[in-house]
Amino acid sequence: METFLKLLIIGLTVGSIYALIALGYTMVYGIVKLINFAHGDFLMLGAYAGFFVLSHMGVNLGSTLLAFAVAMVLCAILGVIIEKICYKPLRKAPRLNALITAIGVSMLLENGSKTLPFIGPNPRSYPQLNDQTLYLFKVLSDGILKATGFYIAPVQLLVLVVALALMLILNYVVNYTRVGKAMRAVSFDMDAASLMGIHIDTIISITFAIGAALGAAAGILYAVSFPQINPYMGIMPGLKAFIAAVLGGIGIIPGAMIGGVVIGVVESFTKGYISSLWADGIVFAILIIILMARPGGILGKVTREKV
Amino acid sequence: MPVLDVKDLSVTFGGLKAVNQFSLDMPKGGLIGLIGPNGAGKTTVFNLLTGVYKPNSGTMELEAENGQTVSLIGSEPWKIARLGMTRTFQNIRLFKRMTVLDNVKVSIHPGVKYNPFQAMLRLPVYRREEERIDQQAMELLELLGLQDKAEEMAASLPYGEQRKLEIARALGARPKILLLDEPAAGMNPQETKELTSLIRTIRDKLDITILLIEHDMSLVMSICERLLVLDYGTLIADGSPEEIRTNPQVIKAYLGEEVGGSC
Amino acid sequence: MNKQTKSKLLHAFWVQTIFIVVVYSVLSVLIGTGIFSKYTASILTTSSIYVIVALGLNLMTGMTGQLVLGHAGFMSIGAYGTAILLKAGLPMLLSMLLSASLAGLVGLLIGIPTLRLRGDYLAIVTLGFGEIIRVVIMNLEKLTGGAAGLMNIPGLSIKTASTEINTLLTFLWVSIFMILSILAVVHLLISSHGRAILSVRDDEIASEAMGINIFYTKLYVFVFSTFLAGIAGGLFATHYRYLNPDMFNYLKSVDFLIIVVFGGMGSITGTVAASFVLTILQEQLRFMKDYRLVIYPILLIMMMIFRPQGMLGTKELRLTRVFSRKWWRKNLARLKKGGRGNASA
Repeated sequence: METFLKLLIIGLTVGSIYALIALGYTMVYGIVKLINFAHGDFLMLGAYAGFFVLSHMGVNLGSTLLAFAVAMVLCAILGVIIEKICYKPLRKAPRLNALITAIGVSMLLENGSKTLPFIGPNPRSYPQLNDQTLYLFKVLSDGILKATGFYIAPVQLLVLVVALALMLILNYVVNYTRVGKAMRAVSFDMDAASLMGIHIDTIISITFAIGAALGAAAGILYAVSFPQINPYMGIMPGLKAFIAAVLGGIGIIPGAMIGGVVIGVVESFTKGYISSLWADGIVFAILIIILMARPGGILGKVTREKV
Repeated sequence: MPVLDVKDLSVTFGGLKAVNQFSLDMPKGGLIGLIGPNGAGKTTVFNLLTGVYKPNSGTMELEAENGQTVSLIGSEPWKIARLGMTRTFQNIRLFKRMTVLDNVKVSIHPGVKYNPFQAMLRLPVYRREEERIDQQAMELLELLGLQDKAEEMAASLPYGEQRKLEIARALGARPKILLLDEPAAGMNPQETKELTSLIRTIRDKLDITILLIEHDMSLVMSICERLLVLDYGTLIADGSPEEIRTNPQVIKAYLGEEVGGSC
Repeated sequence: MNKQTKSKLLHAFWVQTIFIVVVYSVLSVLIGTGIFSKYTASILTTSSIYVIVALGLNLMTGMTGQLVLGHAGFMSIGAYGTAILLKAGLPMLLSMLLSASLAGLVGLLIGIPTLRLRGDYLAIVTLGFGEIIRVVIMNLEKLTGGAAGLMNIPGLSIKTASTEINTLLTFLWVSIFMILSILAVVHLLISSHGRAILSVRDDEIASEAMGINIFYTKLYVFVFSTFLAGIAGGLFATHYRYLNPDMFNYLKSVDFLIIVVFGGMGSITGTVAASFVLTILQEQLRFMKDYRLVIYPILLIMMMIFRPQGMLGTKELRLTRVFSRKWWRKNLARLKKGGRGNASA
């Protein structure tokens, strides 16, 4: 039982990180029907941004908050720039072209970062969050231990709480604000939305920005959980997050959250009970099964193209 | 026995019943028109008949080679095309990066007597079949007056000829039933007149049954032997052009409430 | 078939055959006598191997418009399969064919669920598969040598012959497969099946309405392309005589994608040319090699934005045209006109 809960918590933690990334994939896909291959790399960029803040300012509550802020803002801006330069010109082009471009962007982000002197190809060790920073979470952790006899590390609580908070904020923005309404309208029907006076370019930029920011936050959460960062760290989580998005229903926001958690938990249990060799294979097999059985995903429905 | 027997075909999209209990029995060699105001569901009917949409209820039976009937419900579009029903599209869907001749050859492809391996090895059967396909395709182009443009890119054809090419292509499959979706759209009166006699010639020469959607009443009234009128997905009239012309429900559907009466 | 067409075809056949014979005779002399070093010959051999993979990829991506990202994975099945079977004592051709068939079979298994869907899933699925196959290879250590790699793979060689002759032997062996692949693909595309494939690329819905079974078409093209990748893998194994899983990673798949995109996604000539050009450039230009991982993606992005049709678009080079008087007259006149124009200004 002890192992089961332990694996479950790990699964939920990693799954929340996957969910944050999957949200970016799903939102962008919903709005411009593009699988943004480069999205996973925001994990990496966010992690590095946080790395620099924390290395220079030491680890404390203020610097950690600053790290998140810097990473999210930087990646949001980068996301908008990438969209404007690389994807916008291809909005009317065949989807294949945009996909290929996305691959190029991904490679560029990974290998370009590698050549930058302040990043470099070698893995870096991430600053650990000390007890002072995690004070609140330490208290929570102790409380849970006392109440249930079960130990959840403060870092894990940090990940869960931050991820949940971000998802709640996103949910609020998408469902209860005008911007969110515009985003939903554009993803439903771009032409009709523009006829209603919605400024499409702005909405698309906002979507990319939000997605990138979430990915960046996920990056810092990932880095404090698995404290080694390298330029290619975004690839596998990105791939798994995409599978999660498909699992939940690509283009559907709650689907990305559910999918992320499911993938995280499945991966964790596979690593724990079977073997970590098989973990990747099983996640991938989930993709195949979903595509065969229910390509719309758990929450999805199949839409018909007008002929 | 009708070549196509459709009974109570219905389909619902997200709460909206797009087509409601559509029925049609197409006699062999018939030339039938499907008309109705915009949005009435005419193209949806075509999509149902050709398998692009699967109906929620109803039956569709096609007369097969040996006199038996084959149900088309749930069949994929390519199967239905191979069984003998092809179509043209409301918005032209030619194979833009292929030549005029090749466009027609595509629909002749099903049933070709060599497989991809034999194609790679360039066996004699390949050459024989290519000659046959070439000949058949050219004959169809000649029928539609496009033979001089055979080697040109389909995308470079003027609009009216592109519409004719779509028809030639649909005929390549040697269909029993040809569905024409607004074949005269965007054509001037001269072109429409040519098209009208062309359609008649096709029906007579190739012994085909034709169902066409059209808004151009001059075309519809002059060649259709029978008209079906669709409004909001429901069949509101089925009869000869004369009967339809004076049918009050049809007039209401197109023009709104009757003009005249109490003002 | 009328007399005119028949003589045209015969003419084309002879032009192509003589061209190939001449080019390869010259190359054989250059390699066999050592004028072209072993290194140069190796580059040419590798380029030829890549042509085979790229042809399959072009067929899939360029013709049916479905992006594939795991071709290196299928290549690795062919490579490792061939190497293992060779070490077990099987003859070369049989090993290659068996391994390539395995690659094709795996392609079939992956293709069946994925190609039913409209959408971009094939890219991610093949990408994931490529990674999985790499992990599998790394973990089947006893068979594949794991991460350390597989060494001493038998190649094509005659013990008593010189290194130059052996290098030439491998080059010619690979070239035969390359030429056969090109012929197979070209013949397929010219045939009725080729037209069906192209119609799927141009408009799936119309294609289906004309009786083309879209799913079946995409599937057999995909299986064929994975088979080709498997053959190329086998050739790769016997050429390099050493394999390790990192040779077949995601970056390699992107390499092939770049070849296809650069050459032009609808053009066979483009694929062949780009394969040689890019492979040679990579070896010859130091900075290309070092910064390739940054240059290639920039190139890719710019091509997609500014020239998505690649260098040749869908144009093909027909040898009969190049060797005809009309072609030379037309192009020389164009060159002359350009020259005169400048001078008179």
